[in-house]
Amino acid sequence: MIELSNFLVLGALLFCLGVAGIFINRKNVILLLMCIELILLAVNINFIGFSAYLDDIAGQIFVFFILTVAAAEVAIGLAIVVVLFRSRGDINVAALDTMRG
Amino acid sequence: MSFETPDFSLALPEIWLLGAICVVLIVDLFVRGSRRSVTFFLTQAVLLVTAALAITTQWGVTETTFSGHYVVDPLAAMLKATLALLVVLALAYTRPYLEARGLLQGEVYLLALFATLGMLIIASGGSLLTLYLGLEMLSLSLYALVAYHRDSRQAAEAAMKYFVLGALASGILLYGMSMVYGGAASLELAVIAEAAASEEPPLLLLFGMSFMLVGVAFKLGAAPFHAWVPDVYQGAPTPVTLFISTAPKVAAVALFLRLLVDGLGPLHETLQPMLLILAAVSLLLGNLTAIMQTNLKRMLAYSGIAHAGFIVLALAAGTEAGHAAALFYVIAYGIMAAGAFGLIIVLSSAGTEAEQIADYRGLNERHPILAGVLLLLMISMTGIPGTIGFYAKYLVLKAAVEADLIAMAVLAVIAAVIGAFYYLRVLKVAYFDRPEVPPEGSQKPTGPNEGSVGEGEGATPSRPDGAAGTVLVPGASLPIRALLVVNGAAVLVLGIFPERLIALCQSVLGAG
Amino acid sequence: MDPVLVEWVLYAIVLLPLIAALIAGIGGPWIGRVGAHRVTIGGVGLATVLSFWVLYAQVWGGAAPLDITVYTWATVGNLSFEIGFLVDRLTAVMMATVTFVALMVHIYTIGYMHDDPGYQRFFSYIALFTFAMLMLVMANNLLQLFFAWEAVGLVSYLLIGFWYTRESAIFANLKAFLVNRVGDLGLLLGIAVLASAFGTLHYGELFAAVAEAPDQTLNLFGAAEWSLITVACVLIFIGCMGKSAQVPLHVWLPDSMEGPTPISALIHAATMVTAGIFLVARLSPLFELSTVALTVVLVVGALTAFFMGLIGLVQNDIKRVVAYSTLSQLGYMVAALGVSAYAAGVYHLFTHAFFKALLFLAAGSVIIALHHEQDMRKMGGLAKYLPITYITMLIGTLALIGFPGFSGFFSKEAVIAAVGYSAGGWATFAYWLLVLGVFVTALYSFRLLFMVFHGEERMDAHAREHLHESPRVVTIPLLLLAVPSVLIGLLTFGPMVIGDFFKVDGSIQVLATEHGLAYLAAGYTGVLGFIGHAFATPVPYLAFAGFLTAWLLYIKRPEWRPRVVAPLAPLQRLLEHKYGFDWLYVQGAAGGGRALARGLTLVGERWIIDGALVNGSARLIGRAAAGVRQLQTGYLYHYAFIMVIGVLLLITLFVVRTVLA
Repeated sequence: MIELSNFLVLGALLFCLGVAGIFINRKNVILLLMCIELILLAVNINFIGFSAYLDDIAGQIFVFFILTVAAAEVAIGLAIVVVLFRSRGDINVAALDTMRG
Repeated sequence: MSFETPDFSLALPEIWLLGAICVVLIVDLFVRGSRRSVTFFLTQAVLLVTAALAITTQWGVTETTFSGHYVVDPLAAMLKATLALLVVLALAYTRPYLEARGLLQGEVYLLALFATLGMLIIASGGSLLTLYLGLEMLSLSLYALVAYHRDSRQAAEAAMKYFVLGALASGILLYGMSMVYGGAASLELAVIAEAAASEEPPLLLLFGMSFMLVGVAFKLGAAPFHAWVPDVYQGAPTPVTLFISTAPKVAAVALFLRLLVDGLGPLHETLQPMLLILAAVSLLLGNLTAIMQTNLKRMLAYSGIAHAGFIVLALAAGTEAGHAAALFYVIAYGIMAAGAFGLIIVLSSAGTEAEQIADYRGLNERHPILAGVLLLLMISMTGIPGTIGFYAKYLVLKAAVEADLIAMAVLAVIAAVIGAFYYLRVLKVAYFDRPEVPPEGSQKPTGPNEGSVGEGEGATPSRPDGAAGTVLVPGASLPIRALLVVNGAAVLVLGIFPERLIALCQSVLGAG
Repeated sequence: MDPVLVEWVLYAIVLLPLIAALIAGIGGPWIGRVGAHRVTIGGVGLATVLSFWVLYAQVWGGAAPLDITVYTWATVGNLSFEIGFLVDRLTAVMMATVTFVALMVHIYTIGYMHDDPGYQRFFSYIALFTFAMLMLVMANNLLQLFFAWEAVGLVSYLLIGFWYTRESAIFANLKAFLVNRVGDLGLLLGIAVLASAFGTLHYGELFAAVAEAPDQTLNLFGAAEWSLITVACVLIFIGCMGKSAQVPLHVWLPDSMEGPTPISALIHAATMVTAGIFLVARLSPLFELSTVALTVVLVVGALTAFFMGLIGLVQNDIKRVVAYSTLSQLGYMVAALGVSAYAAGVYHLFTHAFFKALLFLAAGSVIIALHHEQDMRKMGGLAKYLPITYITMLIGTLALIGFPGFSGFFSKEAVIAAVGYSAGGWATFAYWLLVLGVFVTALYSFRLLFMVFHGEERMDAHAREHLHESPRVVTIPLLLLAVPSVLIGLLTFGPMVIGDFFKVDGSIQVLATEHGLAYLAAGYTGVLGFIGHAFATPVPYLAFAGFLTAWLLYIKRPEWRPRVVAPLAPLQRLLEHKYGFDWLYVQGAAGGGRALARGLTLVGERWIIDGALVNGSARLIGRAAAGVRQLQTGYLYHYAFIMVIGVLLLITLFVVRTVLA
């Protein structure tokens, strides 16, 4: 039997990795999408952990919805990356600074 | 355990909207090019019916269905009608702008309809799941809308920033939701509220609440979760900016009311200091940075952050009066923002975007009626009595003072005074600055020799496409201008007769 | 059928002129000149008809007074700001008067402003004025009254400066504006005193609250206790002094003649300037409680009545003579209020509205005929050129001087008699001023009539060639106004002044039983008896003496004039300088104020406020803004980082407050 806290620690670690990835990465926009996926996965692990611990099915159902939404989110994200690439010719995060101040 | 059939009829507005979206989607496939307006009018009709349905079927009803995931109460009915009508107003401004730029395609309206559906779901959200789904439906549609102008570099950049930050915010919100789920052992807000009201609320609830607040604050555009606001407002096509700044703000307040009042209301004592920090930072940062702006859309974005500060302050009061004040404020802001961005749309033509504040020099001389609308909107945003903006601020301050947040109320007033500076500066530019007359280089004394006449003719076409500081030529048609005037007048009329709307906001939230 | 007052009638009366004003004002360029006057005359005409219906319903139909609150604008604590209508007999009489005179002026304006480029603007203004004035008289609370009070003031200001390219018009409207501010401040303070003491602005509630606790006091300066009612009433009366041009706040009214003549008739003679009289009558339950306030009212009124009439003797501008006559007559009305003879004061207001509007419009007719010449020294012998104008002007003059049987006779006689019957030293003093005023009135009135219509023709040849009677749009209002100027006294004097016209429904309340009007009523035996009775007082003889003097000096023996005037030269100089009020205000108050302001500008504004506070704080904010702006770097990862810091901030806050505590 895996303890609930193990789930939560793993979730927290993945979450922090994902968040850190978003602001540490300065190169590629695709990496940002992967970090976002990581955050959502962290949440999923949390939900599943709680669901098992509480013996409540609702949490696992939530996870299905999150997976679906994540797919839609990535689809839109990639579409935006395509638009970005078409209009600018590169997808460097550090180059996205025409608007500031 | 028996299977209970949910009462579908309670969710009629959403079901109708979803069905109608499918119809619009299919109809749009079959209309081509110049007849694209069909989609527009169909969309508006669908939204109007949605508003009517929300009022007729949900007003005065207090029930839940779908096992508590869906709530119907007067607040939901009022929010839905307001949201649908604000979307109608926002979309009404879009058509000529998009048409003039060859962007008029059905997708805009479909995305807007999906966003509206998401907002309606938020308004009726009875559990974490429904709220999350509504929020994502809204957000995803908005990301796509911002990126809609595919050839614009700024729009693509704005969309990317919005998308990444928005996904981060919703990830944080979700993380908070998972904690709340763990703490309360249920997704239903009613059950969560019971858990929160216990003597020793689980620590997980409190942790989760802090994370969820981030998601709400992001949607509302409150600092320090505001960073997307200026870039998105500036980069997105103006009609999309208009859309983002109206109904979704109301939806954000709805999200707060559902998630953090219906659900975690008993923990307000812990929430209040967080909200106060958000309010203070938003008020100061928004107003200060707005002063430095030269781009009107960006200035309005920062002003939006400052307004979000006021809304958060009202929510921080934690009383019914405070919630009502926040609701009234956000509706008032929606009307004012629609007018302000609508004015930009009206003054932009196919070649020029009326974005720079400097472009408004001498507006009063050339378009006194439009300048009058600008005047009304700016003094309303400043909060001068006689306009709706005054009552919005007044109610917030009143709620704050009654909740013993006197220091914050003083700070808010100081911030509003700083804010007056940049609003009035726009008016100063529009009313007192001389427009830069385009250089009349071609004007030569018309001599008897024919050569000079030919020269003059040759030089004329170079004038219209002059760079910044060109004379703005309203590109929009008469109905849109009339709509703008009505919008401006509404700011004034509701500012003189606000009683009904205030009473409505108070009654749906159980205040006064 | 019992007429029942329905609300929509009241809405219509108020809103029709407003809508007409908006149409004429905003849509002026589109609907054209004819459209503008059709719309406004239509609107005001309908309002007039409805107003007369309201009057009929109130007086003969037996409709109960109506007090409705239409809209609650805002509620602050216990104090409600409302919009509502109170319609009783006093209101009904005022409504009928206002709309009727306004209608006449609208029609007349078609002729008077015929060639003016601001035609639509003018119609928009006068319709707007009608709206504001109706709001004023129909108000059921002090807030709405104050709003309307300012609104009529605003329109008056706009109209005095209607010809805004004239230097003198700008000066006059600035003057009117500033002087009225002084009065309005008093009114506002008075309202504030009442609101803070009794917690309501609604007339009915206010009167009830006051009646329960009439003896409240308040400490203004140090420990001295002042009667609250007296303070409030005197403050409110200061407002009335401004609006109704009583000494010493009268200086703006003669200058207001810079405006077009229809305005002088409508606003500065018949309606707006009588707002003060109306207000005191409306607030009679308050004024009744303060003898001091009533005495102030009486003395101010009597002084105005006599001394302003005297100035009229030395004026040469036809409109200014009529203007000073207005001042003097307003003084009569105010004096009547001062002895609790509200009915007499309001009745004089009522009759005066007709004959003074008539006089102004007739003067305007003369001015049109002479192509906007206003100097009486360049007139003379006009009777044969302008027969209708002459006859109507004569009727107006007879009414003004109180020729027995004419409307002015009854009202003025009632005022004088009421003051005469009142006891007390001040009343006696006021009585003699008013009686002497009758002589002065007759003198300046006939001086005007003789200088303009009789004697030698002093206009230049060019003007004489073009002399002809004014067009029908001008003469018809004159004739229509002449009718009530003659008859209205005979018809209505008995019931309105002697009877309980205003008391039955509580429009006006008089506490004392032994007041002047009561004596008058006791000896009243009918209209003829009243006329006969008047001959037992010096009043008719003084009026006749005034006429005789004018006739001698201006018709029969003009050569006597220098001999009469010579010994009176110092007096004449005093009058020509209007007792020095203007000099005092312009040099003293305005000049001193400006000098003080210059000093304050230098020290307070430039050094302290601008230098230290404004520019200092602006610099500070500018630096802060530039700093904060640096946060928005444009880089996505910085934005994300700011958000993460925000999250950490919230978590830290929560941990510090909850977990560690």
